[in-house]
Amino acid sequence: MSVEFDITDKGDYVLIELEGEVDLFNSPHAREVILNCLENSRHILIDLSKVKYIDSSGIASLVEGYQTAKSKKLKFGLTQVSESAMSVLQLAHLDKVFPIHESSSDFNESAS
Amino acid sequence: MTEQGRLIECRFPARAERLKLLRRLVYDAAETAGAGAEKAEKAVIAVHEACMNIIQHAYNNDPNGEIILEIINNGDTLVFQLTDFASPADIHTIKPRALDDIRPGGLGTHFMNEVMDSVEYSVDDDLQGNHVTMTMTLQK
Repeated sequence: MSVEFDITDKGDYVLIELEGEVDLFNSPHAREVILNCLENSRHILIDLSKVKYIDSSGIASLVEGYQTAKSKKLKFGLTQVSESAMSVLQLAHLDKVFPIHESSSDFNESAS
Repeated sequence: MTEQGRLIECRFPARAERLKLLRRLVYDAAETAGAGAEKAEKAVIAVHEACMNIIQHAYNNDPNGEIILEIINNGDTLVFQLTDFASPADIHTIKPRALDDIRPGGLGTHFMNEVMDSVEYSVDDDLQGNHVTMTMTLQK
């Protein structure tokens, strides 16, 4: 695996920090982590500051999480998006679709 | 000095766990050819997504499939050709989906078209394989 997950319960929401390269090999794991949090009815914020590479399968995991959260009326957000991840979000025209927060405190205010 | 002509030809298993290694190789080859970091990163995105399409759609995740990658420096352009040996593809059905249709999946072809100057698909009857040939203009 070339991606690591750090999952922290922040009380009002769960912070998922992804680190490394999110690609076809490990994006199913990322998808599982994201959907499990939503299954437990938790708002989630995903920190992408340490993501060095993300491919279309990784983006698909984020889209599925975003749509699942919407359907469950849960908050879903991204924060600290790395330059590499942002360039891929922009290619997919998703940088204007995903709620992207400057910081976790911004998200916390909207989640609480 | 940059190297011209065929930079590399390699054959590798069509498996997701090989893609990280492939990305390193493509980046280094593009840099060797004189592409800057930004173009080298774009080359990585395109070749990676093309390989993903082959793994998932051409080979249906069969781990026994193989892919050949050739990278050719023509001086003013850099050509990336991928060959697979899956069933002949219906190349007329390969097209990007509408981006305003927000849903998981289907972005790879769009990424390839966005970052490359041209993307062409062909079926090689003699080789019994499929080619995807992607070209990017090198910086002067």
